[in-house]
Amino acid sequence: MIHSLFLISNAGDLFLEKHWKSVISRSVCDYFFEAREKAVEPDNVPPVIRTPHHYLINIYREKIFFVSVIQTEVPPLFVIEFLHRVAETFQDYFGECSETTIKDNVVIVYELLEEMLDNGFPLATESNILKELIRPPTILRSMVNTITGSSNVGETLPTGQLSTIPWRRAGVKYTSNEAYFDVVEEIDAILDKSGTAVFAEIQGVIDACVKLSGMPDLTLSFMNPRLLDDVSFHPCVRYKRWESERVISFIPPDGNFQLMSYHISAQNLVAIPVYVKQNISFFETGSSGRLDITVGPKQTMGKTLECLVVTVHMPKVVLSANLSATQGTYNYDPVTKILVWDIGKLNPQKLPNLKGSLSLQSGAPKPEENPSLNIDLKIQQLAISGLKVNRLDVYGEKYKPFKGVKYVTKAGKFQVRT
Amino acid sequence: MTDSKYFTTTKKGEIFELKAELNSDKKEKKKEAVKKVIASMTVGKDVSALFPDVVNCMQTDNLELKKLVYLYLMNYAKSQPDMAIMAVNTFVKDCEDPNPLIRALAVRTMGCIRVDKITEYLCEPLRKCLKDEDPYVRKTAAVCVAKLHDINAQLVEDQGFLDTLKDLISDSNPMVVANAVAALSEIAESHPNSNLLDLNPQTINKLLTALNECTEWGQIFILDCLANYMPCDDRESQSICERVTPRLSHANSAVVLSAVKVLMKFMEMLPKDLDYYGTLLKKLAPPLVTLLSAEAELQYVALRNINLIVQKRPEILKHEMKVFFVKYNDPIYVKLEKLDIMIRLASQANIAQVLAELKEYATEVDVDFVRKAVRAIGRCAIKVEQSAERCVSTLLDLIQTKVNYVVQEAIVVIKDIFRKYPNKYESVIATLCENLDSLDEPEARAAMIWIVGEYAERIDNADELLESFLEGFHDESAQVQLQLLTAIVKLFLKKPTETQELVQQVLSLATQDSDNPDLRDRGYIYWRLLSTDPVAAKEVVLAEKPLISEETDLIEPTLLEELICHIGTLASVYHKPPSAFVEGSRGVQHKRLPARAVITLVKRTGLSGSNMGAGLGVAPAAMPASLGGAPAVGGGLGDLFDLGGGVGMPTGSYVAPKTVWLLAIKAKGLEISGTFARRGGIIQMDLSLTNKAMSVMTDFAVQFNRNSFGLAPAGPMQVLTPLSPNQTIDVSLPLSMSGPVMKMEPLNNLQVAVKNNIDVFYFSCQYPLSLLFVEDGRFYRQVFLATWKDIPNDSEAQFQIKDIHLNSDVASNKLQGSNIFTIAKRTVEGQDMLYQSIKLTNGIWVLAEMRIQTGNPNYTCTVPRIVYASLLHSQ
Repeated sequence: MIHSLFLISNAGDLFLEKHWKSVISRSVCDYFFEAREKAVEPDNVPPVIRTPHHYLINIYREKIFFVSVIQTEVPPLFVIEFLHRVAETFQDYFGECSETTIKDNVVIVYELLEEMLDNGFPLATESNILKELIRPPTILRSMVNTITGSSNVGETLPTGQLSTIPWRRAGVKYTSNEAYFDVVEEIDAILDKSGTAVFAEIQGVIDACVKLSGMPDLTLSFMNPRLLDDVSFHPCVRYKRWESERVISFIPPDGNFQLMSYHISAQNLVAIPVYVKQNISFFETGSSGRLDITVGPKQTMGKTLECLVVTVHMPKVVLSANLSATQGTYNYDPVTKILVWDIGKLNPQKLPNLKGSLSLQSGAPKPEENPSLNIDLKIQQLAISGLKVNRLDVYGEKYKPFKGVKYVTKAGKFQVRT
Repeated sequence: MTDSKYFTTTKKGEIFELKAELNSDKKEKKKEAVKKVIASMTVGKDVSALFPDVVNCMQTDNLELKKLVYLYLMNYAKSQPDMAIMAVNTFVKDCEDPNPLIRALAVRTMGCIRVDKITEYLCEPLRKCLKDEDPYVRKTAAVCVAKLHDINAQLVEDQGFLDTLKDLISDSNPMVVANAVAALSEIAESHPNSNLLDLNPQTINKLLTALNECTEWGQIFILDCLANYMPCDDRESQSICERVTPRLSHANSAVVLSAVKVLMKFMEMLPKDLDYYGTLLKKLAPPLVTLLSAEAELQYVALRNINLIVQKRPEILKHEMKVFFVKYNDPIYVKLEKLDIMIRLASQANIAQVLAELKEYATEVDVDFVRKAVRAIGRCAIKVEQSAERCVSTLLDLIQTKVNYVVQEAIVVIKDIFRKYPNKYESVIATLCENLDSLDEPEARAAMIWIVGEYAERIDNADELLESFLEGFHDESAQVQLQLLTAIVKLFLKKPTETQELVQQVLSLATQDSDNPDLRDRGYIYWRLLSTDPVAAKEVVLAEKPLISEETDLIEPTLLEELICHIGTLASVYHKPPSAFVEGSRGVQHKRLPARAVITLVKRTGLSGSNMGAGLGVAPAAMPASLGGAPAVGGGLGDLFDLGGGVGMPTGSYVAPKTVWLLAIKAKGLEISGTFARRGGIIQMDLSLTNKAMSVMTDFAVQFNRNSFGLAPAGPMQVLTPLSPNQTIDVSLPLSMSGPVMKMEPLNNLQVAVKNNIDVFYFSCQYPLSLLFVEDGRFYRQVFLATWKDIPNDSEAQFQIKDIHLNSDVASNKLQGSNIFTIAKRTVEGQDMLYQSIKLTNGIWVLAEMRIQTGNPNYTCTVPRIVYASLLHSQ
């Protein structure tokens, strides 16, 4: 099981350690630093590193490496999932998960880690339960605590801890009862030079914010559940009812949580809302090149494309870019070699265009690799897969809650090859 | 207000300040001071000097303060064992507290204090907590047993905590069950042979119930534990699968992968023609695809596992090629894994797509990735014959880019393509030769030289090309030198007239001026061959080479099977069996896939028809009869018939007479003769030990080498009294089938080591295969015929058994005594046809047909072999 955890900043500063069994010297991290060195980019550090006596399983999130040490055969996915959960908990507690916030809240962090794992076995990882055990810091609470001398550690056993619905605490009370659902879809796609999709799929999630009193039992149904053949549910969802009736029936956790995620595979036809016409070329001589990119709407179902951003990873030899954009602003960072063109809202009548010349390091040969483009975009009020929520019913409680569903489509890993 | 204030120091010295604050009368100040101490501890500062002062704060009713002190204690108790004793009283008291949170906290913390003296005091409170009325306390106590076991295993056993833990598997609370399973699994890892997790249908049922109700982490423990269970039949296996399948939709990827492991394993047992089998296969694809949309680290582990799954059951993901397409911002470790799986999934149906992708990758930035992509194109050519031409032209396009490392990689793989499709693509050689000068990597140079040598007769200036390499002969790597030597000899054999000088030159370079023994030896061999018999030289050097096989990097099937049982573990990430790298797991048990009830054919197996015949101890008709009857081969069907006078009574398994295995002259006077027997399902080795020496022999012990079926002594050899000169004693040694497996030649060979007070002696003997026929070897009658028909003819062996004067019923009865079961019988044209089945201890089924002509003493026996899975299970 998980033996120890080290938090290491991007700069290589080991700023927190926690051991759940015997203490392991931090020198074990030297193997990590070695791998980190070799990988050049922090993203490329291998997730599992073998050392003579231990295994280091690490994740890289928010510019922090979470490095765990294990000594016996443990499912690596288990460890990785847990580490992500730790990062999410920090985010949840402190608003962001960064070196500064962790250092600022080091005692709470330590208490949290102790509550989350016992002897390497996960103990309490549900945010609802943790918040009952250890209250998140707020300015108001720390003032109250200082005045009254009370603590931010719960004195009683969390109610949800042992019930068959460990994700919800008992005795929740709200004056206004609300349940909101966000259907968020991300399109992952690779388009080839000519603009046809080599591969496209949709990753969807339904995020929920449920603030309902008591023990409500909810049923969410869809207009077109047949779209969903590959789903992952929050533990609260009753799988049997999904199997038989294609409705989502659950007693929700209190507050924010991800109800389900789904995946609409490459085999279904995925609508591509945008097209890109591009021409990036480098001349054989003269150390220069040309760039010409136009973006236009494709299958947008009548909605507007917003927050459109085009990112180009240029070859190393590109020194600067002298371009003009008909809409939005562009910025070329000569250090990271990334060109970002922030377009904003897409106007179908007047398509945005970015055009101009690139100057290369003099004397350098023509770059061999083709740069590739990344697209970011957002479409409000649309789930590109066509998924629609039909209704939400509340059982077990008498009140009438406010209900709402929002749809949004974004570009995920949306890549255009040149 | 943030905690960063805890890091500020003053001039007086931090420790001094803290000490004062810890001893303050004000509660609030105390708590703040402990927080400062903890803050220092987290960043690795040594604050152990404050131990007594912090422990003094322990007796408090403030839960937060108590927790903080506990945190401190866990960290420093080890370095201050004497001081830590001071805390014991408070712990014991807290274990009796009315608040379950405090009881649990106390027992949990106590288990984390790794000091021997403290663990003694822990036993009583722990025993109480294991039976606590509150499940929260019980589940914490369950984990505490694992902690204690890690500190003092003997103590845990002596105190009977293991049994209490086992009882908790039946607890009413699912979380307690999950934690008990987790604790037992962890303990079991350091006790590979103990039977801690004794799984039977009842416990399995309890686990499955708990599975639905416990937390995600608990589900992982339970699923991993379930994967170790061997269901007794296909129905049980199906019902477990049905109850595990919903886990595939869990949001936690570790739960999903553990569920995949259970399903992949138990699926082995399901008949392939079952509808459910197909449904299950379909259900496995979506969750695997979903894993690939998770974070990169999760993707990596998932991909390593998918790599195994694709090799075992390619049908699951054969339509999902596109999800493995590489995105340019994938981390490099994900890219390389995706590429590997793409090649495994490549088939005629999708090869065009794959090639287009690979060509795209070959223009990327990352050099390692580009190289692998180019290699992948070559592998596609070798794997999918129809695509070879397209692959070669793609490679030529890439060579035209003149990017140095791309060209070199391309040449290396083109060499492999030539090996697979000789005399097909020589037209490209000219293009390759143009790039000769740019090659600077040994592998590429060697590949190019090989091509020139191999096709020397079609390259006009082959001698010039090779000569140009020869100039810097000594600076080349050994690989290139060897290749150059061979290529020039090939050239000489093809064009002897113009190249005499060249060959002289390379031979003298290789034999006289080189320090490399390989090179020198090869040089001498060529030299001698060429000077003594040029015709022979031609035959040797220009011999036709075997074609290279389709996939060179497949995981060996037995290892693959074991790895499938370890899906989701470190072993699956490294593609190595756990025994190869997990520290401290002495004698890890090899896991294997269960047997399928109705068997499918696996073509790749070490058992060929003829050696199965020989293994059965029956001479195929063509072989000399003596071989079949030789006692060394052991009793088989022929022997089975020889026994007894033909009275129609089942006589039990046939036992061959003892033969001498170890001669006295070879073993300093110890003579051993013996035989094997199967009695009531137990395999025994009957030995007679004779002392032919002058002195008394004592201290006998026996050990087996690894063998084909994993035979191993089930216990020590019982020779109670010393063996005096000229005395003989008979010993019966029960055998188990749980030993390590390695294929032996012949299959039933067994190497034995016997030790006594004088020395260790080795001998080998062969056991009759009938020893391995198990009692439940009766095949399903309904599917016998269909299975029989499915067996291709080339996996059949036919032979005659001569001079047997029994009628078919008597024969059938007799064979049943040796666990050869007659499934059906029919009479056609005066011939009795007996259809029989045998099941071996490792799950292999053998079906046989026996024809008995009334009045003819010769039986004809047809034995097709059907093997459900690979027989061998190597390390």
